[in-house]
Amino acid sequence: MELTQMESRQPPPVRRLTPGTTLKSWPSARQPASVPAPELGQTPAQQNGTPLVTTKRTEREIVPTIDRMHVDEVSIAYGQKLAVRSVSLPIRQGEVLALIGPSGCGKTTLLRSLNRLTELTRTASLSGRITLDGTDIATLEPTTLRRRVTMVFQQPNPFPMSIFDNIAYVLREQARRRPRKGALRPAVEDALARAGLLEEVKDNLDHPALRLSGGQQQRLCIARALAARPEVLLLDEPCSALDPQSTKVIEDLVVKLREEVAVVIVTHNLQQAFRIADHTAFMYLGELVEYGSANALFGNPRQQRTRDYISGAFG
Amino acid sequence: MTSSTTPELPKPSPAPRNAGERRGPRESSSSWRLTDRLGLALAWVLGVLFCVIAVAIVVFLAVQGLRYLHPSLLWTNPKVSNTQRGSGGFLDPLLGTLIVGVISLSLAGPIGVGIAVWLVEYGRPKLLARLVESTVEMLAGTPSIVLALFGLLIFETKVTGFLSAINGGIVFGKSCFIAGIMLLFVALPYVVATVREGLQAIPNHVREASYALGKSKIATIRRVLLPSVRPSVITGSMLGFGHTIGDTTIILLLMGDTQVLQGVGHVPLLGILRGTGSTMTSYIFDNAPTGDLNHPQLAYAAAFVLLLIVLALNLIVDIFARRSRELRWS
Amino acid sequence: MDDEFLEYEEPAANQDKRAELGLGALVCLVVFVLLAMLAFVLKEAWPAFAHNGLSMFFGTGGNADQQLQTIFTAGSENHASNLFLRAWPIVWSTMLTTGGSVVFSFVCSLFVAVFMVEFAPGWLQRVLEPVIRLLASVPSVIYGLVGVLVVVPFIGNHLITQSEKASVTPVISLSGYSLLAGVVILTVMISPIMIAIFAEGLRSVPRGWLEGSLALGVNRWRTFWKIAVMSARPALVAGTVLATARALGEAVMLSMVAGTTAYAPNPFDGLIFFFEPSRGIAATILQYRDDITSPPFERTLFAFAAVLLISAVSLSLLGWAAKQPQKRHFNVGGIV
Repeated sequence: MELTQMESRQPPPVRRLTPGTTLKSWPSARQPASVPAPELGQTPAQQNGTPLVTTKRTEREIVPTIDRMHVDEVSIAYGQKLAVRSVSLPIRQGEVLALIGPSGCGKTTLLRSLNRLTELTRTASLSGRITLDGTDIATLEPTTLRRRVTMVFQQPNPFPMSIFDNIAYVLREQARRRPRKGALRPAVEDALARAGLLEEVKDNLDHPALRLSGGQQQRLCIARALAARPEVLLLDEPCSALDPQSTKVIEDLVVKLREEVAVVIVTHNLQQAFRIADHTAFMYLGELVEYGSANALFGNPRQQRTRDYISGAFG
Repeated sequence: MTSSTTPELPKPSPAPRNAGERRGPRESSSSWRLTDRLGLALAWVLGVLFCVIAVAIVVFLAVQGLRYLHPSLLWTNPKVSNTQRGSGGFLDPLLGTLIVGVISLSLAGPIGVGIAVWLVEYGRPKLLARLVESTVEMLAGTPSIVLALFGLLIFETKVTGFLSAINGGIVFGKSCFIAGIMLLFVALPYVVATVREGLQAIPNHVREASYALGKSKIATIRRVLLPSVRPSVITGSMLGFGHTIGDTTIILLLMGDTQVLQGVGHVPLLGILRGTGSTMTSYIFDNAPTGDLNHPQLAYAAAFVLLLIVLALNLIVDIFARRSRELRWS
Repeated sequence: MDDEFLEYEEPAANQDKRAELGLGALVCLVVFVLLAMLAFVLKEAWPAFAHNGLSMFFGTGGNADQQLQTIFTAGSENHASNLFLRAWPIVWSTMLTTGGSVVFSFVCSLFVAVFMVEFAPGWLQRVLEPVIRLLASVPSVIYGLVGVLVVVPFIGNHLITQSEKASVTPVISLSGYSLLAGVVILTVMISPIMIAIFAEGLRSVPRGWLEGSLALGVNRWRTFWKIAVMSARPALVAGTVLATARALGEAVMLSMVAGTTAYAPNPFDGLIFFFEPSRGIAATILQYRDDITSPPFERTLFAFAAVLLISAVSLSLLGWAAKQPQKRHFNVGGIV
């Protein structure tokens, strides 16, 4: 198979945690999120002037992109049934890639293949090639891959531990020797800050994570995924179980995060994709029907099927 | 840093390739830390060890049992003798096992089903329900030696004298009946647990359909629910039966410990039930090197037969459990 | 015209009321039996306990077997001294056998349960489940028989050296009927109980947590141990407690392999400690079962039975209570 190599133009600006890295080299906690986290329980009018409308895509700053992953002619089958047919996509840091399409079109399967979660199903088989920073992910150890490409699921699934322990979970597992709690604290707070949750839970880090609200739990899962300092963040319909207010918070967060990680989000909510995506891939029955910048795809779709889907002819 | 390249036009979808050309390497344990790999190795060792132990026990008993098992043992009565050859067979213990099993099962069955039905279908007041639940659990955890001693206490009174022999005004207090009754408490928790699970698995709309036809609750239970938990009842009864015939202490204390079934009185069946005897378990216990008789060969033979019975019961339970699992409520 | 085909049914309300009362009575009867058992056993046990106090179980002094003989031969005369007993060796033996087997069994069962639920290849999984069920249903007398005919001679002839035997001859005889034999076989006996309950708990861990952990790059072994074992804690407690209750009450197997003398194995004896005979409470009752005709002896035996009953009942209650939270486990609530 011919494949044009996508070299990474530059070492990633974010430090990746490799075994052996001591935590002394962690950057200190960043400034709190620039988007003020809304007080939950307040009506939109009561929030301090934060509009409920996401910054329009055209008004967003252009962020330089770095190629992270490349999906090349990937087909995935469960047993005899083809779920994904020969899809090729680039995935870049600095932009949000939205995978849209009706239920059952294979977008979640494709997402899960990016961190090899499809291997958990015995009958799954994959052909084609997926590369991360130039390396074929099939040659990497799954555990290493999944630290560089982390995932947030549809249902918030915080572990039955305290908030601190949830975030520290990954850090503890990666370190060679069990780090002290004090040494972990900056990293935990940093991850929470990047997820926009720090202000709300700063004083309650030892409380059980299961006591948080749904939106907070999902942000906790995002923070947990970010704690591993990944290069790619995969989001599988993260807002489908949440209320509109939490959804807005998470959408703003996703847009902000695209500067640090490549973001791939699967959503069945066209409006959400419209709001936050920079590039969009429309899939139907396992095929990649159209891929393009969001402006182009939503404004002037090339394929008839895309046009039909966006206008609501089928769903 | 470079700016992003223009997005590629998606290729027109070619004919779907044959997926399955390649599977990547699955997560293998070679990437794990040493402690993790040691842990997995230990898990393997222990898992295999248990299989080996089970197989070893069965094979050992089979080998020794077949060596010493003459078919005649199965239908000869035990005799008193110093030699193993002349000690006869274990017909009476076999019958004894059957008798106490049947007695305890015929009591534990209905009572267990009744308790399970009450717990699932009624269960009010709540306090009583929890009391009953915990009582059944406590019964399950009570050592059978305590049950045996309790049986000695209550069955030596004049009131219950009809259940065993009375010699000159003194109630003997040990008989097949009595052993069977105390064994009921051994079998009961299993029946209750299994039937309860079976009843809880029936979705509510089945009950509602029956009520909508004007049937009373008890009629619903009798005509609709119980027939459909028949597999659970059988499974639970077999489980209870298995534990009944495996019990030794209650037999040793409450069955009079005579090798041969010795009836009391002149009524044919009742006499035997009121009389004393032994079962396979007490037979093995007595014939083991630590027992009174010390005839290991007979003990092997009897142990083999008992093990076969238990294995057969297990198999029946397996088949029925599988069949009740296949009953899918849509 | 259709009336002749309709059978006469009592009004539903009457039927139901009768049924509910009937079943309710049945249920109360069962509760009553258990309470009666507690009451009767405690009542019979009281005189022996009152006479000796707590030192009956925890005090040493003299040979317990000899004391039991004295009680028996004293017959039905109600002397106060008839009930004298210092049964510490018997209690200590019970503690050792139960404690030892529960500890070993816990470790083994946890690993086997984890293996069975997650890491065994499919064929081995399908083999292990019936194997565990088989081990659970073998009668204890058969375990005892195999023990006395295989394990005991092995220990007696191959593990204990002649010099060790000679060193203790005046006091006891090391013939293979030992603490070690009892603990090993008891471990095998109670492991299936623990394994079954552990496996049930491990299987009911929500898949979302396991997937979430894997998606963060944690390997399968650590994911399962950290997350599943932690959240299956109620099942671990329940299984351990129920297995302990079982081990406490084991009489037959132990009486066949652990020796017939009341002796307190001494940990300071070094290696010989494992080879010393140890007869526990349940086995003692079983051994003296024929002597129960003498009233003071009967009371003494009932005192032992009372100890067993109270421990076993409290443990079963604990186990049942420990299983309850598992149903409410995953709702909002602190689990730290």
